[in-house]
Amino acid sequence: MLVKSPHAAFARLFDEIGSVDQVGIEERVAKYTTRSIKKVSKLWGLKKAVSMVDLTTLEGKDTPGKVASLCQKALHPHDDPAVPQVAAVCVYPSMVRHARRALGGDSAVRIASVATAFPSGQAPLKTRLAEVKSAVADGADEIDMVINRGAFLAGEFAEVQDEICAVLAACGDAALKVILEVSELETFDNIRAASFIAMEVIREGDFIKTSTGKTSLNATLGNNQVMLEAIRDFYLDTGIAIGMKPAGGIRTAKQALQFLIAVKETLGDAWLTNERYRFGASALLNDLVRQIEKEKTGAYQAPYYFSEAAESY
Amino acid sequence: MTRLPITKTPKVYVGGAFIRSESSRVFPLKDAAGNFFANIPQCTRKDLRNAVEAAAKAGPGWAKRSAYNRGQIIYRLGEMLEARAGEMAEAIMLGGASKAAAAREVAAASDRLIHYAGWTDKFEQVLGSVNPVASAHFNFTVTEPMGVVGVIAPEEAPLLALISLVAPVITGGNTVAALASTSQPYPAILLGEMLATSDLPGGVVNLLTGFHKELIPTFATHTHLRALTGVANAEERKTLKLGATESVKRTHLLKAEDKIDWFADSAQSVYEIRQALEFKTTWHPVGA
Repeated sequence: MLVKSPHAAFARLFDEIGSVDQVGIEERVAKYTTRSIKKVSKLWGLKKAVSMVDLTTLEGKDTPGKVASLCQKALHPHDDPAVPQVAAVCVYPSMVRHARRALGGDSAVRIASVATAFPSGQAPLKTRLAEVKSAVADGADEIDMVINRGAFLAGEFAEVQDEICAVLAACGDAALKVILEVSELETFDNIRAASFIAMEVIREGDFIKTSTGKTSLNATLGNNQVMLEAIRDFYLDTGIAIGMKPAGGIRTAKQALQFLIAVKETLGDAWLTNERYRFGASALLNDLVRQIEKEKTGAYQAPYYFSEAAESY
Repeated sequence: MTRLPITKTPKVYVGGAFIRSESSRVFPLKDAAGNFFANIPQCTRKDLRNAVEAAAKAGPGWAKRSAYNRGQIIYRLGEMLEARAGEMAEAIMLGGASKAAAAREVAAASDRLIHYAGWTDKFEQVLGSVNPVASAHFNFTVTEPMGVVGVIAPEEAPLLALISLVAPVITGGNTVAALASTSQPYPAILLGEMLATSDLPGGVVNLLTGFHKELIPTFATHTHLRALTGVANAEERKTLKLGATESVKRTHLLKAEDKIDWFADSAQSVYEIRQALEFKTTWHPVGA
């Protein structure tokens, strides 16, 4: 019996895309937390971050009412009209039609849905594709899929890509975000490898995304940086601009600004738009709005003056 | 063998940890003879913000503890102070107090803690009430802690005044962000070390050192502080009251111009506990 070694497959891939200098990445991202962003630039960054939020609720206890209230919050994050709408709401497929009803047909706030047996992805391909099609039919503008981590770690890259392609076909016009689930990939090298495997098959305007938010380790400046550099290298090679979405664990405005600094200093201003960069988050929006209010009034704000995170609807 | 001197870096007690100011700023403290004693953290508005966040986090847990347990913990703080009374007296003497006066202040501060430790499970009986109403209702009023309270200590009586202001607030189940005396901050630094060993959960009392002038505007406007108690001069009171109006918070400010006798029996009272409590009245239907 032929036993295929994943090592050979990974070795071939790294010959092609290069590996990651882990210490270098960690030192690089440590610098991002030392940047002093004040006054006008801070306010700009906070508003930009609001416009990039994928306001998310992914819980077993989600109800149509909770999703409707989330959608209202997405449309009007704050009573100050200077605060922009968020980029999208992110819900389970069964909630897409409720979100569509709440947002209306021509809303600028898009609907993203986590299809493909989120978060594990452990369902037959047929089932996962059916889920994608149903979400798109219900009105989803964007699909967040998880990759087959088992196949990836076994070195079966073609299988991973074939599945992404199948989901892509099921998406139609909907944008695709490919969740690598970095906490299960274990090393920065693997994150870079998975990023390239996904980017080679998705379209311009599609995204790669760090994580589901359902495991212990979520988006960090480190894994964000690895993926941003993969996007940069891929763009320089092919001219195809892929978007990026860190998700999970970004709760404070301060963190969001640090992620934006990483984007600006790695990919440049062209990626500082919600067409190419998103935050998958639920609690973050409250803190962003709270800090915007602090910048406006000069007074530190109590969190209870802002509507609670999605969890507590 | 000669030893190298081991000097202590004074740090403030915030969120259950000993920290420097986020700004890294310090100001020199001299002893009564005018010799350099130590560099004290010069806390900023961001330190106050962090202290308030820590206090808010500790709040629900502290309020949920049984009144009896809060009493045990405050009593334990009194024990800690008593056990290190000599060290604390020396800290007070840095400000020029005589040995006897410093010892008297420490003793009074310990007694004050024991006084409030006794009140934790008794103030409700005094302040709450069952109210007669002309309908088929059982009507009663109970107290609830307000939340995070800002405490501004005066320049004099650096230990006793601070404890007299902080103790009634935590007795009622609130948590505190307090600013110590600017000219005599060291007793507050030592008090932090005692808080850390007294079973008081981290974040319930957060003590900052620094310049009142710099920090009072932030105490005034921070909307997460539900009440302000302490001592302030005319100008500071104006700043505090204007800010408190804007952010809708209660103020209970003593005048720095008045000579306050912190040793007096009148400096400890169940009505000091009431300053940081809200009252809730409930109408409960009963069968006629």
